[in-house]
Amino acid sequence: MAQKAIREYDAKSILAKHWDKYFPNFTYAYETVMVQNGLELAAIAKDKKWLNEKALVAKPDMLFGKRGKNGLVLFRDTKPGDVSLSKATSWIDEKSSTEQSVYFSFDGETPTGDAKTDMLTHFVVEPFTPHAQEEEYYISATVVGDNDMLYMSAEGGMEVEEGWDEKVTEVAFAITDTEEEIAAKIRANIPADVAAADKEKFADFAIGFFRAYRELNFAYLEINPFVMQGNKIELLDMVAKLDDTAGFMMKEEWGDVEYPTSFGMEEKSPEVLAIEDADSKSGASLKLTILKPEARIWTMVAGGGASVVYADTIADLAGIDDLANYGEYSGGPTTSETKFYADTLIDLMTRVPDKDDRPKILIIGGAIANFTDVAKTFTGIIQSFETYADKMKEHKVKTYVRRGGPNYEKGLKDIKEAADRLGLYIEVYGPETHVTDIVRMALAK
Amino acid sequence: MAKLYTRDTQAIFWNNNTTAIQRMLDYDYTIQRKKPSVAAIVAPTSGNKFEKFFYGPDEIMIPLYKTTAAAKAAQPQADVLLNFASFRTAYDVTMEALEIGGFSSIMITAEGIPERLARAMNATAREKNVTVIGPATVGAIAPGAFKIANIGGTIENIVQSKLHRAGSCGLVTRSGGLFNELSNIIAINADGIAEGVAIGGDRFVGSVFIDNLLRMEENSEVKYMILLGEVGGTEEYKVIEAVKSGKIKKPIIAWCIGTIAKYYDSGVQFGHAGASANGDMETAEAKNNAMAAVGIHVPASFNDLPLMIKKVYTELNLPAIPEPDMSLCPSVRKSKEFICTISDDRGDECTYAGFPISSLATPETGKGIGDVVSLLWFKKQYPKWATDFIETVIKTVADHGPAVSGAHNAKVTARAGKSVVESLVTGLLTIGPRFGGAIDGAAEYFKYADDNKLTPAEFLNHMKKEGVPIPGIGHRIKSLKNPDLRVEGLKKYAATYFPSTSLLDYALTVEQLTTSKKENLILNVDGTIGILMVDMWRALGYTEEEINEFISSGTLNAFFIVGRSIGFIGHVLDEKRLAMPMYRHPMSDILYDVQVADKI
Repeated sequence: MAQKAIREYDAKSILAKHWDKYFPNFTYAYETVMVQNGLELAAIAKDKKWLNEKALVAKPDMLFGKRGKNGLVLFRDTKPGDVSLSKATSWIDEKSSTEQSVYFSFDGETPTGDAKTDMLTHFVVEPFTPHAQEEEYYISATVVGDNDMLYMSAEGGMEVEEGWDEKVTEVAFAITDTEEEIAAKIRANIPADVAAADKEKFADFAIGFFRAYRELNFAYLEINPFVMQGNKIELLDMVAKLDDTAGFMMKEEWGDVEYPTSFGMEEKSPEVLAIEDADSKSGASLKLTILKPEARIWTMVAGGGASVVYADTIADLAGIDDLANYGEYSGGPTTSETKFYADTLIDLMTRVPDKDDRPKILIIGGAIANFTDVAKTFTGIIQSFETYADKMKEHKVKTYVRRGGPNYEKGLKDIKEAADRLGLYIEVYGPETHVTDIVRMALAK
Repeated sequence: MAKLYTRDTQAIFWNNNTTAIQRMLDYDYTIQRKKPSVAAIVAPTSGNKFEKFFYGPDEIMIPLYKTTAAAKAAQPQADVLLNFASFRTAYDVTMEALEIGGFSSIMITAEGIPERLARAMNATAREKNVTVIGPATVGAIAPGAFKIANIGGTIENIVQSKLHRAGSCGLVTRSGGLFNELSNIIAINADGIAEGVAIGGDRFVGSVFIDNLLRMEENSEVKYMILLGEVGGTEEYKVIEAVKSGKIKKPIIAWCIGTIAKYYDSGVQFGHAGASANGDMETAEAKNNAMAAVGIHVPASFNDLPLMIKKVYTELNLPAIPEPDMSLCPSVRKSKEFICTISDDRGDECTYAGFPISSLATPETGKGIGDVVSLLWFKKQYPKWATDFIETVIKTVADHGPAVSGAHNAKVTARAGKSVVESLVTGLLTIGPRFGGAIDGAAEYFKYADDNKLTPAEFLNHMKKEGVPIPGIGHRIKSLKNPDLRVEGLKKYAATYFPSTSLLDYALTVEQLTTSKKENLILNVDGTIGILMVDMWRALGYTEEEINEFISSGTLNAFFIVGRSIGFIGHVLDEKRLAMPMYRHPMSDILYDVQVADKI
């Protein structure tokens, strides 16, 4: 996926790194730290005087919003703006010691939908910034359809989200707009509610913000709110996504940025990480998502489109409870890459027996390949069968193969012979059989 | 543009992807195209001038160029760019091609081009009315006319999927792998496709479903369309609008894959980068329902798609499509080690650049040795003034007496009892920068000065800095007052018969300056020949680059070698005839100055 969410701390760090380029007329103190526990915060405080001297704010930095409504923003001990370093330290330790429940949507103050439960592992700590409500503003940018959009409001914080249509000015930009056209459009669309005296400064900031969004290849960038006091800017809350396909040209600009899994999502298993690693080193494509490791239908499908069609069909015919994984291999992987991919899958599918002791099903599917050599990739799968034959028999794995493309006759013949030789159950079909029909056949037995 | 490609469409292939190009040529051969579909290959890092490919059982050469600009200049008729650059450079390659112009469509295969770059590239192409296929695609095909790279897979699969001739379906998919699958399904359940495009899997692709479907609506070969969409994006709604407004009247069969995505939250990425639903409207289910609501034929599931195709196709009651002739690509082919482009001895009679020897050899043919040289050296039929000039040169340089180094060598060798060929080559071996080389040098330096518009004074200055005497200037005894009659003859011939003599004219202004310094610094015979050869090639329409290549590859020297061989052989035969004994150089003619070697 091209658009990847990053932590608030990283978003601020990227902006801070390029601050003078985009915001030469403003200052930003960049007083922010990210820690995983109280101990770490205490250690950092030895180098950062402001942590000891200023009142602090602490909050988790784990890609989810609505932290205030979830009661996960620490800004008061007994009264707002009195949080000391020791209070922040103990609060972080407390919040990170047990699993926390987080709601993602609210109706007023009432949570709606299901909460997700997970450990809090990353926190940002910043100075408490006393400011007047009218010094808070909202700004964000993203892509909608073919255009870049800039959203601006004279009001920041919760107000914006709850009164979007009345309070936010939207401006659309074509990708081919010039620097001058963009600046003129922004100046012409400063929200009416921005005080007359601040309009020029707001425009100046917005132009810099939108340029940073574009040139630093953000896919989404939101500051809600930012505080403007004269030429001093505070970034109170940020949300950002990067277009990670631009990573190869943004190494210097982004620095060491991390793409965390979202809160409540299972951590990626070592198997999934290993496939991701193999994928990043290969010209071919190897993708694996584990949906339900104890389910009985596993898919090893070639091709991005075909893999979706198989998943659709399994969901239609068997229901999603039976679908263990989603993934694909494509783009002409080598024999050893295919073996590694097959090893990983077969190892995962032969860990726990089916709860009703039914046979497990392995769908080795694929459309008619354009250029992937079927016999070559199947050689990798056969090698994997040889390694895992005993375990496959133990879990009564039934394998259904459907594939076409370069060298498919040899590939199908080889895999059938290998399975027969190893005593594995297999059914093998070529392009004369409809691509997803093996799912129906597998479920019919 | 109702059709994306025709049987005459030719492409420039960026990146020497030999497997994919071979697939295209196999296709061309199978469908009996007149010209190969790849006219040129851009290979920025290759030093080669061409790449060999099979064309059926034979081999052909496709020229390689270092830049798109050079390829386009040489093959202006090729209006399709197949951009197989990596995701790092694909944007630059596309933008450069748009800048050069003259392309009607550009296909981009790279996956994961940075989104802003992809958007800028697509928008620029749209402004210039260039159809972009991709990025992240396997391409497009107009069956029976033109096929991009690997689409359709192997030639066996292509024939099996009826992609060798136009059927009646217009096919648009996002996925490249399923494109192939659908071609197969359509071949089984209907009569094949008339035009097919896989638009690409990235979030931002150039031409989208609606662009392709609107073109197919205009294409009379297309009787109905099939659209295979995906979860994510809103492109299908543009098609729905076009159906509603009556812009598209032909029947459409459509299905969006990714109905499973509704069961999972956005953390699971199904399929391509573009496949991620933001909001209910972008789910596969919503799109399938919305399409069905405006009368698009939407099956109950992907599994039922073949039945739906069969039903719609049967109802259209189309006449059967005749099966055209096909050529069969041999499955085993061997690449040839040597290439010959000048003569061919395989037929009844050997030919020189296509002309049987008998049509050139005898006097009544009116052809001379100059014609043979023009055919075998340049693969062109030069006009008479040029072949006469070549003969004049050969005659002029045939001999210059026994004392010059080559003739002397040949004579000494002959007197040592060696054969004609051995004696001849010892003479030839002296030809080089100091003997005969002034022809080359004069052509090179005078052309350089003329190309760079140096005044005679600047040219002299330049040569002084280089520390080289000007090749082709100066004679032992001849001067302006006592001219070399060979030079006068050449100049007179050129003045009478050459369409123009721009370099000679320039050289004469240089001569004016040099002779004002010293009388015998005249343009000599070597200089005149070299310079007039350049004028000849210019008048024959060769580009300056081609002429530079003639000079650097030693073509001018070759005229000297051929001519002077006549003289050397004469000297060798002379020695044989006189039965001259072994030659030993008189010791009195050698300065002996031998010191005792120092010990080190």
